Amino acid sequence: MKGYIKYYGGRIAWYVVTFFCALILNFILPRLMPGNPIATIVSNATAGMTDASAIKQIQEQYIQRFGLDKSYFQQFWLYVGNLLKGDMGTSFSQYPRTVSNIIGSSVLWTLGLQLPAIIVGWCLGNFLGCIAAYIRKGFDKVVMPVFMFISNMPAFGMATILLWLFAIQLKIAPSGGGYGFDMVPNMSWAFIQSVLSHWILPFCSVVLITIGGQAIGMRSMSIYELNADYVKYSRFLGIKDSKIITYVFRNAMLPQVTGLAMSFGTMLSGNIIAEQVFSYPGVGSALLSSVTGRDYPLLSGCTLIITVMVLIANLVIEILYGFIDPRVKANQMES
Amino acid sequence: MKQTLKNVFSSPKFLIGFILFMVLLITSLAWPLFADFGPLQNVVQKNGGFAAPGTYVNVADAVELVKDNSSVKFDVDTSANRLAHRLDADSRQMMVDWLHTYATAEYIPDINADDAAKIQELTIDDMYAVCADWEKYYDFSVMPKTIKKAERNKYNQIDKKVQTMLSNEALILASKGENGLQEDCKVPMNAFVNTKDVASRYTLILGSDNFGRDVFTELTSSILVSMRIGLIAGCIATLIGMTLGLLAGFIGGVLDNIITFFTNLFTVIPSFVLLILIANAVGGSHRGVTLIALLIGFTGWTWTARSVRSQVLSLRNRDHVNMSKISGHSTVKIIIQDILPFVASYVVMAFILQISSGILAEAQLSMLGLGPATTEVSTLGLMMHWALSFNAHTQGMWWAFLPVIFSIALITFSLNLMNTGLDQVFNPQLRD
Repeated sequence: MKGYIKYYGGRIAWYVVTFFCALILNFILPRLMPGNPIATIVSNATAGMTDASAIKQIQEQYIQRFGLDKSYFQQFWLYVGNLLKGDMGTSFSQYPRTVSNIIGSSVLWTLGLQLPAIIVGWCLGNFLGCIAAYIRKGFDKVVMPVFMFISNMPAFGMATILLWLFAIQLKIAPSGGGYGFDMVPNMSWAFIQSVLSHWILPFCSVVLITIGGQAIGMRSMSIYELNADYVKYSRFLGIKDSKIITYVFRNAMLPQVTGLAMSFGTMLSGNIIAEQVFSYPGVGSALLSSVTGRDYPLLSGCTLIITVMVLIANLVIEILYGFIDPRVKANQMES
Repeated sequence: MKQTLKNVFSSPKFLIGFILFMVLLITSLAWPLFADFGPLQNVVQKNGGFAAPGTYVNVADAVELVKDNSSVKFDVDTSANRLAHRLDADSRQMMVDWLHTYATAEYIPDINADDAAKIQELTIDDMYAVCADWEKYYDFSVMPKTIKKAERNKYNQIDKKVQTMLSNEALILASKGENGLQEDCKVPMNAFVNTKDVASRYTLILGSDNFGRDVFTELTSSILVSMRIGLIAGCIATLIGMTLGLLAGFIGGVLDNIITFFTNLFTVIPSFVLLILIANAVGGSHRGVTLIALLIGFTGWTWTARSVRSQVLSLRNRDHVNMSKISGHSTVKIIIQDILPFVASYVVMAFILQISSGILAEAQLSMLGLGPATTEVSTLGLMMHWALSFNAHTQGMWWAFLPVIFSIALITFSLNLMNTGLDQVFNPQLRD
């Protein structure tokens, strides 16, 4: 038990440090912008605005938020303090709304889409990869090259193709958005139905991409494990093939879990870009609108929230990993 | 060295990947020799661009051919084809509906009973019969006055269209003379010209994009630019990753701790987020192709550093390295002579993966509108960005985005195939 606490304590501390570094980067990078950042930001932000009071408010808010007269160190603590209060500033492009408000709603959409899709795709991919390694021959020869090509498809490419094929050509799915454009979010059955029908296409595109990558990794790991000595020994002992497969599956799974943790960032940010193809109201669309609208506070909020999501996902996977892999436990017991 | 290369090229996966990549590269390099237009030339001036793929012949040239009597008359009835092409689905449905409702004894008292029964069975699939009946029975006046004027006008427009299309009379070309218009010549409805005889004709293999650029030519030049971005990014990422990995693994100690800390840090903080932040901070006017490539390289080195470090760790205490140490060779010499040859295969594999992820990163960045801000060249990501910004996907203009997606997928697919091929050669345990 002591080993566990030490291990998890160490991991959590490491993630806190990482988060802090991400915060620093999120603070410093925008300030490296050439020229006077405030002037650029304010003129960009107020370019299309006619409401004089709004322009003035943004200007004042920025001078106050950035604390131009203060040192960088003080500015940083101001930034962290505001964040702790949940204040990420006011959006320029969707003016009276706060960034926290926009991000709060878009994160729910993104999580509702990405989490189930990645989990389903990961499970299916591992299952198919293991089967392909065990059966080889026909199944392997046909399915693997297909998966290999699919996994090389960029997430936004898959999204565009699915959208074009099913929504535009076959007209069996809605062509974008998170729910029917004539609806107001509420808890009625009709609304939930509309959300589900808009959800299925982005879901499928993420699942397909995830399956491809995972199946290939799992296949080669399983082939490696199937040739291991313990498999041959188990066969000599007369243990059933179905039983051996469970050993192989478990051993081959471990690197896959690490792989998931390591590629989570790339995967999630790729999928988030794909959201904008469906104009899904998630973080990806918020990110796009922040770039096109030169909405600097929203952009900064989006990048921060993506980082946080990736960090949390990695932490959860590492915690699970400790339970799955006895070797991690053993390491901790020794030390 | 020669033997290794021979081994590598005998791996079918590597070979297929290599050939695919080379085909893409050579096509892209060679196409400008045959192209009619420059990659960024706005050829099509249609509003909103997006001309469909196909061969376009100059109308004036074709008409000149008819005037010169170079046209050929075919013994075919062209009205059916014209009908199929010119009447859209809505108009056809309207025609059938009109016949179903009004071509009955109720509105047209002198209608033949057999005909009326047949008309009720008409569908839009048999447009020839529909048109025949339409010509026979359509009458503006039978419609009751309660029908809105706009709707009645619609029927009249359809009627006009049908009448001109069904007439197999010649089109008359006229020119302005002293007494108003004068007939120049008649173009018979069944006159054809050979497309080879038309002086100006252009084949747009993949149509044109929203700016009216020839998509195929633009695509080939974009592939080259994207590959260049991938190459620059890959070189930088590999160089940084390899150096850090070698230092961390071989020297160890505090240096290892520091490098490992930063490597782990940047593996967990998504490099894409860093890219967005930096690209945004650089500002639009400074973002060129090379700068984007550099940025991608500087944010993507972590994987290489990780794998090189773990390889070096396992090599560090091998006998031949210890021998070198005892012989008093310098650290640099040991690294170059005794370590590098053993990690070279990993570095090459990581380099190939870096290229493909660099191309992907550029595409994703451009999709957000943070890609190279240049009007001199185009990249795969920028093409995708413009296609989606101008709603090519929701309007069904497949030629503007499908070729781009498949090009990206093919490039990364071929690179990954090469990578797995190399993996199988260097790690025989994985071999099938």
